[in-house]
Amino acid sequence: MRVRIRFAKAGKIRWTSHRDTARMWERAFRRIGLPLAYTGGFSPRPKVSFGLALPTGHESMAEYLDIELAAGASVDVAALPASLTAALPTGVDALAACAIGDREPSLQEDVTSCTWRLALGQGGDAERPASPAEVTTAVKELLGRPEAIITRQRKGRDVTEDVRPGIISLSLPQIAPEGPWIECELGTRPRGLRPVELLAVLGPQLGANRICRLHQWIERDGERREPLVLPPGAPDAPRVMERAS
Amino acid sequence: MTLWAQIEPLLARVQKPARYIGCEDGLRVAPYSPDRVGWLLIYPDAYEIGLPNQGLQILYELLNERDDARAERAYAPWVDMEEQLRRRHLPLFSVDQHRPAREFDLLAFNLSAELIYTNVLNCLDLAGVPIHSAHRGPEDPLVVAGGHCTFNPEPMADFVDVFVIGDGEEAVGEITSVVHDWKMAARRGRPGSRGREGVLRNLARIPGVYVPSLYDVVYDGQDLAAVVPSYPDVPAQVEKRTIADLGAWPYPRRQLVPMTEVVHDRLNVEIFRGCTRGCRFCQAGMITRPVRERPVEQVRHMVRDGLRRTGYDEVSLTSLSSADYSGIGETVSGIINDPMCTGQVSVSLPSLRVDAFTVGIATEIQKVRRTGLTFAPEAGTWRLRQVINKLIREEDLYGAVESAFSQGWRRVKLYFLTGLPTETDEDTVAIAELARNCVAIGRQSVRSASVTASVGGFVPKPQTPFQWFGQNTLTELQRKISLLREATRGDRGVQLRWHDPKATLAEGLASRGDRRMGAVIEDVWRQGGTFQEWSEHFDLRLWEQAMARHGLSVESSVYRHRDRAEVLPWGHISAGLHQDFLWQDWRDALAESGLEDCRWTPCYDCGACTGYGIEHVVASAVPPAGGSQGTGQDLSRAGAVPVKLSPARARAGTS
Repeated sequence: MRVRIRFAKAGKIRWTSHRDTARMWERAFRRIGLPLAYTGGFSPRPKVSFGLALPTGHESMAEYLDIELAAGASVDVAALPASLTAALPTGVDALAACAIGDREPSLQEDVTSCTWRLALGQGGDAERPASPAEVTTAVKELLGRPEAIITRQRKGRDVTEDVRPGIISLSLPQIAPEGPWIECELGTRPRGLRPVELLAVLGPQLGANRICRLHQWIERDGERREPLVLPPGAPDAPRVMERAS
Repeated sequence: MTLWAQIEPLLARVQKPARYIGCEDGLRVAPYSPDRVGWLLIYPDAYEIGLPNQGLQILYELLNERDDARAERAYAPWVDMEEQLRRRHLPLFSVDQHRPAREFDLLAFNLSAELIYTNVLNCLDLAGVPIHSAHRGPEDPLVVAGGHCTFNPEPMADFVDVFVIGDGEEAVGEITSVVHDWKMAARRGRPGSRGREGVLRNLARIPGVYVPSLYDVVYDGQDLAAVVPSYPDVPAQVEKRTIADLGAWPYPRRQLVPMTEVVHDRLNVEIFRGCTRGCRFCQAGMITRPVRERPVEQVRHMVRDGLRRTGYDEVSLTSLSSADYSGIGETVSGIINDPMCTGQVSVSLPSLRVDAFTVGIATEIQKVRRTGLTFAPEAGTWRLRQVINKLIREEDLYGAVESAFSQGWRRVKLYFLTGLPTETDEDTVAIAELARNCVAIGRQSVRSASVTASVGGFVPKPQTPFQWFGQNTLTELQRKISLLREATRGDRGVQLRWHDPKATLAEGLASRGDRRMGAVIEDVWRQGGTFQEWSEHFDLRLWEQAMARHGLSVESSVYRHRDRAEVLPWGHISAGLHQDFLWQDWRDALAESGLEDCRWTPCYDCGACTGYGIEHVVASAVPPAGGSQGTGQDLSRAGAVPVKLSPARARAGTS
């Protein structure tokens, strides 16, 4: 049986890497004694596959992983999030779990875009909040541009690319006590547009002091859905943040 | 007070930010209270090296269990983080609650390698504490150091207020009580009778505690003449602390699980402390005697509980020679066959003996992922191995290698030392010969058999029989490495690796130096020489220039042989070993005469047991099965040797 799990990552633990997070999950599975299927061969590994990597330092309310349970194992999937959260480090919370079909494509192949929330500050340091008016101008200017060229490193060479098509939506700033923030939806194909790259095209005067992934989206047959919808009563963002702080 | 709000913005600008967040599973700090004695336990190297240190974790737990203390941890910030901190005038901080170092009453450093000494100074400076003990005032924290390097405390004597020699389990509690009284008295406006020196005098009365500022160092010209206490109540000789029963200390109970990659990232369970193999080059084996085994039942409990709690899939049974543990077979099969482990847990045994029995155990525990196996013959010829008392015969090694390759291992790693006493070029080149023979044996089973020969330069260490030996010069070590490179050139099966002889020289300076070496360490630090354990940061020129600036000669400090009459810088520190025993062992070494393991032979009266009124504590009267290790001992004489059974057996499994 394959099971998809949605989880959040917030607070101090956001400074761990994608690989670090993978190891946290492997330890949590062993702690609760979850009967995972293993790969064969000389060096058996549990069958766990992670979705898109979350850059080190970013938070998320919408991370995913798929696991495969050992043949014949029976597991109460509905009870999994609570027992996993108890076995995971503070700041990593399992929000939902659901059995998925064997033919369901992998997360890496399936996810087409992500929604991000960026708290903005001034300059590369982003130690002081940005001015909302400045953000508004930058957003409007970017949305009005037919293209947005950035330079990326690919195989050790600099390549210039137009990332404008990857900006699916971009909001005007909203004001929170700690400063302005924007929400955006960025495409993952053909090459994912990362939030820091969006910042680079928004303008060098802006930096982000907190970046959080709010959603991942799968667009198929003209329909957009999340890989796993949160059930009613699943912890929401403020609760996760509180636990992690 | 927490500095997290100031530190977090820096994390986006440094490599491996997870080094600074804490957040480990198992992290448990006693609540903050000004009435508790605050310890900041500092490992003065990068987080990924320091976090797994078991000594630090044991003390961390013990202190946080007390109601008069609390402890947090800190590690040396990497150079990029140091730059960020200094630019913003932020101090060294704890990773647990990100408190500034100066908020603690004691800054306690783990000294497990000499090349990290300059990092200690850097940490003190970052903490905002004067680096010299003499310049610290009543408001400054006490600076403490423990760990193997403190068996020659003199090079760090200018910077450390209080050294703890030997096992720290009991001493930290006693130190806490003294500091607590002092702190409470100061609060009531009666800051002891003599302030800071008063508390140091009280601390110096604790067995195993050495307060260098309470001793006068006397020189005769360029020679050290004596280190004598300045007061009658200060001991002339500081004896190391030894816990008699490891079973009474089942720590760490909650090993810290880091959130990011570290060395030895697995469950570690210490199965015994001390070693009586008697390898003459090995400081750890000499200073941690006698052997104290943990009861098998307790090991089993610690493994089971630890795996369940941490979620690790690997456990290392740690000691100085794990295959010598009386209950090794039982313990290993217990873990492997535990249904809870469901065949997915791997066991690692560091410091393996070289024999077929050991390979048998390794075969049992590594049913999968059978990639590499490591042995340490240490020297290329039987003659030289008798000198160093690493009594492995060629047939032992070849037997072990044959069984390793025939049982599916594809790579064998061999550890060697070069620059050993009496070593000739024939001995050196024999390393290549030995490695080549191992490849040939391996090829009979595995076509791609390969052998890595890893060669380190020998640094004579204090409190060992080789403490009188003059270290090989840099040029000589470089010449020996070249000999070996020449001897293995074009050999596809043998890979030669070697440790930089320049680092060996610097390690030698810091290992056997006297109090004058402090100025050199300070100088190297002032010239930017931090992280000297790391090849990308190590710079021998800094050490040589500092030696020259302070009028010290490398020749006199490390290269020359010392004689029996000479006052050794660590002469006033005792690991319990009689100087007569060490000297005799040094003479025996030069006579190429080996010495059997005293666990299963009559006592040589080295002093470690008799001096402290304790004995070897082994969990079984039956010596380990398997190889004789070339000692000629008939280890099948089960139970014939008088050994003390562990009293902790009755308490097995307590936690």
